[in-house]
Amino acid sequence: MTDAVEKKTADDIRFLQGNEVCAEAALYAGLRFFAGYPITPSTEIAERLSERLPRIGGRFIQMEDEIGSLCAVIGASLTGAKAMTATSGPGFSLMQEAIGFAVMAEIPCVIIDVQRGGPSTGLPTRAAQGDVMQARWGTHGDHAIVALTASNHQDLFRIVVEAFNFSEVFRSPVIVLLDEVVGHMREKIRLPAPGEIELSERLTTSVPGGVDYHPYFPREDGRLPMSDFGGVHRYNVTGLVHDMWGFPSDRPAVANDLVHHLYNKIENRTESLLLYREYHLEDADTVLISYGASARSALHIMENRRAVGMRIGLLELQTLWPFPEELVRQKCRKARFVIVVEMNMGQIVREVKAAVDEPERVFLANRVDGTMITPTDIKNVMRIIEGKGV
Amino acid sequence: MPHIWCPGCGHGIVLGALLRAVERMELDRNSVVMVSGIGCSSRIEGYADFHTLHTLHGRALAFATGVKLARPELTMLVPMGDGDALAIGGNHFIHAARRNIDMTAIIMNNLTYGMTGGQSSPLSACGEYATTAPYGTLEQPFDAVALATAAGATFVARSTTYHVQELSRIFEQAIRHKGFSVVEVLSQCPTYYGRKNHKGDAVEMMEWYRDNTIPFSSPESPDGKIRTGVFSDVDKPEYCASYADMAGALAREGEKGGDGR
Repeated sequence: MTDAVEKKTADDIRFLQGNEVCAEAALYAGLRFFAGYPITPSTEIAERLSERLPRIGGRFIQMEDEIGSLCAVIGASLTGAKAMTATSGPGFSLMQEAIGFAVMAEIPCVIIDVQRGGPSTGLPTRAAQGDVMQARWGTHGDHAIVALTASNHQDLFRIVVEAFNFSEVFRSPVIVLLDEVVGHMREKIRLPAPGEIELSERLTTSVPGGVDYHPYFPREDGRLPMSDFGGVHRYNVTGLVHDMWGFPSDRPAVANDLVHHLYNKIENRTESLLLYREYHLEDADTVLISYGASARSALHIMENRRAVGMRIGLLELQTLWPFPEELVRQKCRKARFVIVVEMNMGQIVREVKAAVDEPERVFLANRVDGTMITPTDIKNVMRIIEGKGV
Repeated sequence: MPHIWCPGCGHGIVLGALLRAVERMELDRNSVVMVSGIGCSSRIEGYADFHTLHTLHGRALAFATGVKLARPELTMLVPMGDGDALAIGGNHFIHAARRNIDMTAIIMNNLTYGMTGGQSSPLSACGEYATTAPYGTLEQPFDAVALATAAGATFVARSTTYHVQELSRIFEQAIRHKGFSVVEVLSQCPTYYGRKNHKGDAVEMMEWYRDNTIPFSSPESPDGKIRTGVFSDVDKPEYCASYADMAGALAREGEKGGDGR
């Protein structure tokens, strides 16, 4: 296979593709089951895992479509295995129903969406960040979701590991939104040593065999211990609204409690799910907000303008959902201008406008032609805002 | 016990025959996983004391594939409706069969979509009435046995809710079989399909199955009757076992000193 340029030194330094980083990070987090379907620009994740998993006692399967892939992942997760799939926009659209099932039945799993130009078949080999809102609302019904992203491989490794951690702690599917740039580019990365990043393992019930186990009855701390399929507790799992035993119910009180529970378990814990990086925000009167590949250009122009004395900073979001409203509000409080940099028609910018005290100060610097947004693109937007023309 | 099925529904017979098969086999209930889709048929799992998984319309086999591949020692029972298995679920059906993954797919065929009020399914007969076929269906139905066989299933059988003793024996054979087993059960929906097409009550519908089916092994010519029995029972490499063999070979190769990364 690939990786001809990999070299191992005492500190495990590699030169890897973003997709390969995802695969390695998932294995680091304890991945033992992957089901997927080829789609550009995510296929390398499946390819690498098809090679790595059987060598370490894991299981890989290429299913007949993306829907089957996520369904198989959910089935495997119920047996106690950490499980993941990877896809891009068209496959992500297909997976929405199953994402809702994992949300409703509270089954941990990770879904990687390496975004590409859309809509529809779009631009399979080009970059975009157009699936952000879909990650939040793609599956029907009221629900909360966790979606993470990263702009560079060192962070990407950690983000993927955290995705598995969050999925276990919150008993929820977690989406990792990449883009074609980060997914396909090669970059230096130091692979973390075992134990360097803390892992959250499956919380299994302490209820012994023979005693009633309630799969959907929270502990005092709000967490719901699980029991492996094939283990000593037999219980029901369904996508229907259900009671604490997992059996279907249409009683209004049960439905009300369940919808609130699914929503609140994530939306009330945003601080535990918050990952981000900030640069020079303390004195910034221009604040750039960005994520993924766009953040690389934002970082570049920020450092470039700092060097000539501009008071500019960058807030790089790594948790996109639940959206960090309070963080954004705080960091933008003293800004004259807030510029959201993204490769779509404005998805996160809407959340930023809703979060800040003065939405009229929020602007969008974007690009939707399949090519990466450049530092110059961002600089031009800044100049227009300041009335200086390009 | 309280359940959602109509009086006269055939699904209860299927449940009974299946549970008696499992009981005769003395399977440990903790080693049995029942995975269903969506529909009247798929509510069967809520009445069974195994690890039960009520999934999405058409997707039972995909979920079951994940469970089985992760834990190959588990016994997988996958009851589905006719539309559930062969309409929306058609793709997963043919691929699970192609893989010959060890599970028992049960097509509870009452020739309709009962839960949603009696629409035609890919197994409804041509010319018959349904709520979405008010002038009669125009399509030919699948032959589920032929489809399963062509797709690669290694145990294929058909029975009916009338032939309940044979049905239970067939279930036992299907579960014992190491590979993808398909059992099509001709069942009755007297509430919708039966009423719309003047088939009589549940008993009359079951008697129709008695009078219009013929054992596969019979020397008589079928003469328009539906064949029942075990159509094929062959041994081919099973998917999970093949994967385990491959992983084992990789492990032995690694022990011989290759740099396994």
